[in-house]
Amino acid sequence: MNTKELIIERVKEKFSESIEEISDFRDDLCFTIKKDQIVNLGKFLKEEPDLQFIMCKDVTAIDWATRKKRFTTVYHIYSFKLNYTLRLKSNIDDDPPTIETVSAVWQSANWYERETWDMYGIKFINHPDLRRIYMPEGFEHHPLKKDFPVLGIPGSLPLPNKAD
Amino acid sequence: MGLEAVLQKEGFLTTTIDAVVGWARKSSVWPMPMGISCCAIEMIAAADPKYDIARFGSEVMRFSPRQSDLMIVAGTVTYKMAQVVRRIYDQMPEPKWVIAMGACTSSGGMYRSYSVVQGIDQFLPVDVYTAGCPPRPENLLNALMTIQEKIGKTRARDFQNRSLAELEHSQN
Ligand code: SF4
Repeated sequence: MNTKELIIERVKEKFSESIEEISDFRDDLCFTIKKDQIVNLGKFLKEEPDLQFIMCKDVTAIDWATRKKRFTTVYHIYSFKLNYTLRLKSNIDDDPPTIETVSAVWQSANWYERETWDMYGIKFINHPDLRRIYMPEGFEHHPLKKDFPVLGIPGSLPLPNKAD
Repeated sequence: MGLEAVLQKEGFLTTTIDAVVGWARKSSVWPMPMGISCCAIEMIAAADPKYDIARFGSEVMRFSPRQSDLMIVAGTVTYKMAQVVRRIYDQMPEPKWVIAMGACTSSGGMYRSYSVVQGIDQFLPVDVYTAGCPPRPENLLNALMTIQEKIGKTRARDFQNRSLAELEHSQN
């Protein structure tokens, strides 16, 4: 059994009901999971002795703008044991977009989720410190959303007065 | 008859205080290297032996704004960084000058985006703009020479309780 089959089999054993899609595009394995199961799946992948996905390399999101489920959160995790990178996705709807945080599973997700919150306005429930990370505090918008103008909203970011 | 021959005799020169001060000032412009991104590399290159900014008396890159006369803003100024740039500018003693080095600083450059200030002249009085992405060291030296020319024309009383608008007018 190769690595991919092993992962798929293990995940299917436990999460067959909540997996929405398994895709294998250009050798990148990806699970799409219902949003309420993301933490359980993460914990399982991390703690299962055969898999040991102990490293979270990235958390980001996609804004589909017109889809009914407007956002997709994306997680990249890595197993040193299998030398394998796996992608997890979860579709979430707008107003307001929320999903449970995985920072309790992977500590590194803490800042990645802050970035995702800053850029897309996705609220990570139970996150220990959900503040902006790039944009200044007090900024009211989320710049990577599709409805945010490229040049920004005039006046939304303060500039110093002209020196005299 | 060379200079040495003249100097052997007792002699004197007549000039104005303003001319001497202006000459001294323009020959020792100490830059504050505000290098915030890629342009800073070319600014550093201008200080190396090949381009040798020391020829103009400006080799003393001061990392303390209190000791500088000229701020070289070299790099992309974001809205967040703008506050910092302005604060450092405010800490420099008068008289002071500003070079906007590169496309980013002059106009936002290729970053036509929400996070980048579209030209630092929105919050700083810029004396010389330098074109290029990044400008070559020669171009920076050219900007420095332009500033020197400008400084040479100043008079001491220009800086006494006069508004910027008035100053600009008297210097151009
Ligand atoms: S003008 Fe070009 S080289 Fe200079 S900071 Fe901007 S992108 Fe970098």
